[in-house]
Amino acid sequence: MRKQSPNSCSSVQAGVAAVTYHSSSVKMLKAVILIGGPQKGTRFRPLSFEVPKPLFPVAGVPMLQHHIEACAKVPNMKEILLIGFYQPNEELTRFLFNAQQEFKISIRYLQEYAALGTGGGIYHFRDQIVSGSPEAFFVLNADVCSAFPLREMLSFQKEHGGPNSFVILGTTVLHYVEKPSTFVSDIINCGIYLFNPDIFQHIGTVFQKNQQDMLLEEPTNGWHRAEAIRLEQDIFTAMAGQGKLYVYKTLSFWSQIKSAGSAIYASRLYLNQYHTTHPERLASNKEGGPNISGNVYIHPTANIDPTAMLGPNVSIGTGVSIGAGVRVRESIILHGANLQDHCCVLNSIVGWDSTVGKWARVEGTPSDPNPNDPYAKIDSETLFRDGKLTPSITILGCNVTIPSEVIILNSIVLPHKDLNRSFKNQIIL
Amino acid sequence: MKALILVGGYGTRLRPLTLSVPKPLVEFCNKPILLHQVEALVKAGVDHVVLAVSYMSELLEREMRVQEQRLGIRISLSHEKEPLGTAGPLALARELLNVDNEPFFVLNSDVICDFPFKELLQFHHSHGKEGTIVVTRVEEPSKYGVVVFETESGRIHRFVEKPQVFVSNKINAGMYIFNPSMLSRIQLRPTSIEKEIFPVMAEEGHLYAMELQGFWMDIGQPKDFLTGMCMYLQSLRQHTPERLHTGPGFLGNVLVDPTAEIGKNCTIGPNVTIGAGVVVEDGVRIKRCTVLKGARVRSHSWLESCIVGWSSSVGQWVRMENVTVLGEDVIVNDELYLNGANVLPHKSINESVPEPRIIM
Repeated sequence: MRKQSPNSCSSVQAGVAAVTYHSSSVKMLKAVILIGGPQKGTRFRPLSFEVPKPLFPVAGVPMLQHHIEACAKVPNMKEILLIGFYQPNEELTRFLFNAQQEFKISIRYLQEYAALGTGGGIYHFRDQIVSGSPEAFFVLNADVCSAFPLREMLSFQKEHGGPNSFVILGTTVLHYVEKPSTFVSDIINCGIYLFNPDIFQHIGTVFQKNQQDMLLEEPTNGWHRAEAIRLEQDIFTAMAGQGKLYVYKTLSFWSQIKSAGSAIYASRLYLNQYHTTHPERLASNKEGGPNISGNVYIHPTANIDPTAMLGPNVSIGTGVSIGAGVRVRESIILHGANLQDHCCVLNSIVGWDSTVGKWARVEGTPSDPNPNDPYAKIDSETLFRDGKLTPSITILGCNVTIPSEVIILNSIVLPHKDLNRSFKNQIIL
Repeated sequence: MKALILVGGYGTRLRPLTLSVPKPLVEFCNKPILLHQVEALVKAGVDHVVLAVSYMSELLEREMRVQEQRLGIRISLSHEKEPLGTAGPLALARELLNVDNEPFFVLNSDVICDFPFKELLQFHHSHGKEGTIVVTRVEEPSKYGVVVFETESGRIHRFVEKPQVFVSNKINAGMYIFNPSMLSRIQLRPTSIEKEIFPVMAEEGHLYAMELQGFWMDIGQPKDFLTGMCMYLQSLRQHTPERLHTGPGFLGNVLVDPTAEIGKNCTIGPNVTIGAGVVVEDGVRIKRCTVLKGARVRSHSWLESCIVGWSSSVGQWVRMENVTVLGEDVIVNDELYLNGANVLPHKSINESVPEPRIIM
């Protein structure tokens, strides 16, 4: 039976009380979004200092909102559960409250007592997930950006696997130039799944095996616990060949959002999607408005000089101020930032309340994921090469001041810095 | 009076500019380098200028015909078929220089200063010996060859190459005046005037030094060209401030050709020269630059320590710095960053140059 440690989970409920479900004649669905925790967002620094990574704005709205919106659109979706190990915080609570209002659906945050892995998290909260007897439920990783073809996954399940099957969303690697010498597959796991409650039996089997194994071993560090289970490595591998696991291959867009740099890439994908989903979010050239090139999101509270030129792939947050003759391309400008006259911001993220002086140039090098390497990671080992910072997008943390006329190139500036000169290829503490 | 200007070869140090235009014709502060010297010589009474060149340029010949007319003087080209050093060209031009008994000027073509030819002539007459060289003070004499001379009389004792202990901080400024009798010291073969002729003249008490007042710069390479421009503009500020451009948006010493157009909300200066027919669009920031004839700088760009070549076009939101030199008719596309780029003529630049290099 399920064991629960006394200091274990707290379920944070924002706003709406848990819904009780009546009829079993209507098929009912749920969705689980795995949002991770603060230790998981380090590659998103310095931006994750200010906001939990899942709430970082991508194409003008919090990353997570794209997931929630996609889930809420699925018919018979009754509840969305977020599972992670962030301490309850104001931003998350406020976000959940607003999202519930906007999407008219119950959204709850379930906090893990420790990082339990993608399988361990849902297993730990299986009672919450199966309550109300959903026929099936989606599991989505928060750090992916996707068109989320959830309805298509449902239809696929009906047509191919049947109600007892599990579906993994897969996508083909684009521009596959070099194939592995022993070809296995060119389909990669998108981190988006459709399960039915039977999945918990499979996870339970692994959980029990882990427990047995651990009884035979010396106690080790905290991570190595029986409850920590990864869907991908521990569950799917074991299930392969049983005829239960299906891949639904999508041609729609998908990308991971691991590093801060990939947020710009993800924004580009979502902004492009807005043409069909949210044309009202895309700025257009208007009399007396700034010059818009390509896909641009501008928050209505931003104040932009008509001589500025924005785009493609630009997101401008709340209360941002953009002066005369400013150029912004392939960038995210976070709320309260101030871009002064004639400055030029390319391939960069400008942090909350930061200031870029007149004629300053803030420039990064695009770090779009290598399409040949879907699991490419920008981790601390490859952040530097030959003692130099690998060229990447430029990130200004919160409340950074860039003086007039300098250049900040391929650099990361940590929060609350007043710079007094140019910097290139540096991390500025 | 006559003067010999040692123009020399291809001016490779000032490439890529000299790939399009012979060095004497490259505009320094909106006037060809050579004319700075020729006009100063004319003012001192020179009516025949001999240019010692080691390659022939039709462009140079044609321009000299124009200047002969304009200035009412004679300009000859003395062409050395093989390199003759710094003294050999005097022997080659002997026939042109030794027609009367008047002293003649000799100068290196790369030098910019407030040319003191009248004072030089006066001083030369006052001591009555064979030659006078102009010397200028430097901060670090150990890097140069210095001239040791009597402060009172100006009589030169000796020359010391890169002195390790202080003997003098005055160096040869590349401007001389000689009596025609001096020509007998030089053979028609490759000879260094500094190393082979001057020491002998000094030994014999025939060489005097006159110290230059004010600035001096060898502008033979882009970095020094810009430094020399700053000095020259400062000199204009002192002597003829009315030639400098002032008004809102202009800072410090800025020289603007009357045919240039400057847009709105620009900040230009300090130390900027803008040539004829140049168009600077709105919201541009330029400091410490020379923009040559017919060039265009588009909106919101930022330029520091650059030379923009003739008819070149710098796109919008471009940043150029660190002695970036654009040759003739170069196009820099929008939003690029050029750091110390040396761009050869007729090139279109499509990507940034984040570290100094030559763009062929």
